[in-house]
Amino acid sequence: MGGLIVLVVVLGAATAAGLALRKRRGKFKASPAGVRPVAGRSNPADPAVLTAEELGAPLGARATLVQFSTEFCANCPPTRRMLGQVAQEHDGVELVEVDAAARLDLARRLNIYSTPTILVLGPDGAVASRASGQPRRADVLCAVDGVLEAGAP
Amino acid sequence: MGIDPRGPRFGAVITTIVLAIALVTGSGWLLLAQTVVFAIGALAGLRYAPYGLVYRALVRPRLGPPAELEAESPPRFAQGVGMMCAAIATIGFLAVSPVLGVAFTGLALIAAFLNAAFDLCLGCHMYLFIQRLRPAQ
Repeated sequence: MGGLIVLVVVLGAATAAGLALRKRRGKFKASPAGVRPVAGRSNPADPAVLTAEELGAPLGARATLVQFSTEFCANCPPTRRMLGQVAQEHDGVELVEVDAAARLDLARRLNIYSTPTILVLGPDGAVASRASGQPRRADVLCAVDGVLEAGAP
Repeated sequence: MGIDPRGPRFGAVITTIVLAIALVTGSGWLLLAQTVVFAIGALAGLRYAPYGLVYRALVRPRLGPPAELEAESPPRFAQGVGMMCAAIATIGFLAVSPVLGVAFTGLALIAAFLNAAFDLCLGCHMYLFIQRLRPAQ
């Protein structure tokens, strides 16, 4: 009888957690600072600004998609393929993939606990928005458009 | 080279049922059997995982080929996390205290259920989490 009660509680809690996680999975949220103007104000000391040196790859001229992955992440490869397509379809948009386990410094600074986590950077490397979990393609396009529009003259 | 992602998902459904029965009955021996199942998948590879063999023999022929393949290492790592949980639960029920058994069976059940019902790999997320516990250099 006691075991049955525990079972019901465990499955109830897991269902609630699963529904909440699925709702948030892959949804982009604007960075607290929002999309900042291009005016060359990037400051490497700012935790929400990433430089090409830190990423080990050049930033896109207009936007950069940064995907944090690990070796044991089932949804990372399909996410990378989809983000790669989006980057290819937009001029000045680059995709950079980072191994979170190899770059724990970045994972800690940016509060990354799960993979894939996707950051959308403006032209100055400032984090405009982020999502955890495999996003839908439409949500990625929307997040990229947000940065491209903010950067347009 | 990849594996049919529906295999681990099917395995998670069976695992959920087995762990639910173990939780209700408090059977350490059933948990020991599930620990062995986890261990085979984690240590020998998913190719030899018992529930995977059932999937390939009985389910896969009725489904047709998968839309896409996925890498083996994430679900295999998750089997290892499941093995640790189930082993502690087994020791709890058989030797130490049923409370320990119920707690770790519950943890393993949550992970298996989230995988089966929501396609969320909790064991996979544990990897970065464990890595982050290492002290900063």
